Amino acid sequence: MPTTYTNPRFPFRRPLELDGKGGSARVVIVGAGLVGLTLALDLARHGIASVVLDDDDTVSFGSRAICFAKRSLEIYDRLGLGQKLLDKGITWKVGKVFFGSALAYTFDLLPEDGHRMPAFVNLQQYYLEEWLVEACTETGLVDLRWKSRVVSVDPRADGVRLGVETPDGSYVLEAEWLAACDGARSTVREALGLPFVGQVFRDRFLIADVVLKTEVPFPTERWFWFDPPFHPGQSVLLHKQPDGVWRIDFQLGWEADPEEEKRPERVVPRIRAMLGKDVAFDLEWVSVYTFRCRRLERFRHGRIFFVGDSAHQVSPFGARGGNGGIQDADNLAWKLAAVLKGTAPETLLDSYDAERIPAADENILHSTRATDFITPKTEAARAYRDAVLLLAREHAFARRMVNSGRLSLPHAYAASPLSTPDEEAWAGGPAPGAPCLDAPLADGFLLNRLGNEPVLLRFGENASPAVPGVRTVTVPAEGIAAERYAASAGTAYLIRPDQHVAARFRTPNADHLAAALARLWGREPAEAAREAA
Amino acid sequence: MLDTAPKLADPDAVFVTLVRAHHDLSPEESRRLDAALVLLLANHIGDGAVLEQAIEQARRAVRAPTGATEDQGTPP
Repeated sequence: MPTTYTNPRFPFRRPLELDGKGGSARVVIVGAGLVGLTLALDLARHGIASVVLDDDDTVSFGSRAICFAKRSLEIYDRLGLGQKLLDKGITWKVGKVFFGSALAYTFDLLPEDGHRMPAFVNLQQYYLEEWLVEACTETGLVDLRWKSRVVSVDPRADGVRLGVETPDGSYVLEAEWLAACDGARSTVREALGLPFVGQVFRDRFLIADVVLKTEVPFPTERWFWFDPPFHPGQSVLLHKQPDGVWRIDFQLGWEADPEEEKRPERVVPRIRAMLGKDVAFDLEWVSVYTFRCRRLERFRHGRIFFVGDSAHQVSPFGARGGNGGIQDADNLAWKLAAVLKGTAPETLLDSYDAERIPAADENILHSTRATDFITPKTEAARAYRDAVLLLAREHAFARRMVNSGRLSLPHAYAASPLSTPDEEAWAGGPAPGAPCLDAPLADGFLLNRLGNEPVLLRFGENASPAVPGVRTVTVPAEGIAAERYAASAGTAYLIRPDQHVAARFRTPNADHLAAALARLWGREPAEAAREAA
Repeated sequence: MLDTAPKLADPDAVFVTLVRAHHDLSPEESRRLDAALVLLLANHIGDGAVLEQAIEQARRAVRAPTGATEDQGTPP
């Protein structure tokens, strides 16, 4: 059915193991999807090699996760793919919500200028996966093994023994560390028998990707309808994608028959009702889905990490699935690299749970609330929902209750063991644990200057003491960057390799900075003091 | 803190006003009207804790079995 994209087929290469060689790897990633490939590329950027196993031989079928949030774009910019996303993707930041046929309200996700990346870019997942495969291959550090299915997982104290099945035969692979990026139906999770429980939502949604052959008056915005005349009693979501493709999500209700609803005879009339009978279109991809919100109790199990959908699942409203998984990879890559290089103790890896579990809970909370708003479970819930939408036309307080999906924002690791709490008074700026804010500088953007190693960000010349072994980036003590960081001359921020804030000081001294750096690497500050002595 | 002490100068008039607000409305519209009123008043109060106390009082009133309130005392 797709006319705008043909899935590439990657060749199966006979692995050394089938001829009695090799047999071990420092890092094995299961799943060459969005999250697995992102992790492999991030590790490679840190100089760490990995083996990636995937049971298929291509990128995603269908557009799937199409909305990439600002933070994900910043992560891909750090990994070298940001410009490609901007060039090919559809940039947007405005959302409109309709109730019936009337506009209920409009929101702008990034009202200020001076950021390298926009609020959102829409792009079919397969493009990004294809670029990730290319970028991983170019590093020479990622051993991508297609048509390689994990059939057994044997966790041990110092690694994991995997059974792998290929078209040429089976072999055993010993991994020092294993990242399960194998999605919601994770083989690794099932092999370990880990409970994956949560709330199931009794509703069904139809995704239709359509190529429009007639001009339509839709701008590049996210449009969401509650109870529109063309699909009464249900909701509809519209997104623009590259290649003239539009994503339309129709809420169907729990009673809908998923097989029946996928048939073009059912889908085409729904789209015609929405667009009018004069608009010509082709169906590109159709899928009917249900969803649930759930997560594993822990994401680290000894030498095994669960990353992305294998660890947690959310409803699609808010674009928190793909973006959450990308942030998991962003969080794990530098830590695993540091432990493998001996820069940090193994305990640093415990902070993956400490940071990403609250992030997953935040995503689950927002997506559950959005789902409850979109699919009211009782008559009273529907009355309140409708009353909010009616009041929203006139009243700002009600607009803030309209929930068609709270769109993905990065989690600030507020209680992270890697953060050094503020001891001075701050009025604004990113607090310890929060992701860095971008800002325009004379010669580009701030985030592009930070890289993937710890950085001391200083405001004003001749200010803070340097930290041995840490690169210093100095920016003016006046201007937009200083305003966004609530900084004055002498202010210093210690930035983590994932561009989150580790610590900040108005009047930094060498001891405080050294202690904060030790904490960033998961070492006790006392231990660092002993090392210094 | 939720204040439940009598405060309305003309309680009969307020009662009639609330009932009249539903005049001409279908049961569905009526339900929406009540919801809209609650939302407007909740925002006016601007305090989630007060709202929770009010909900607790309202639920208790609704769930209490008729004829068994404390005021009526215990039958011999």
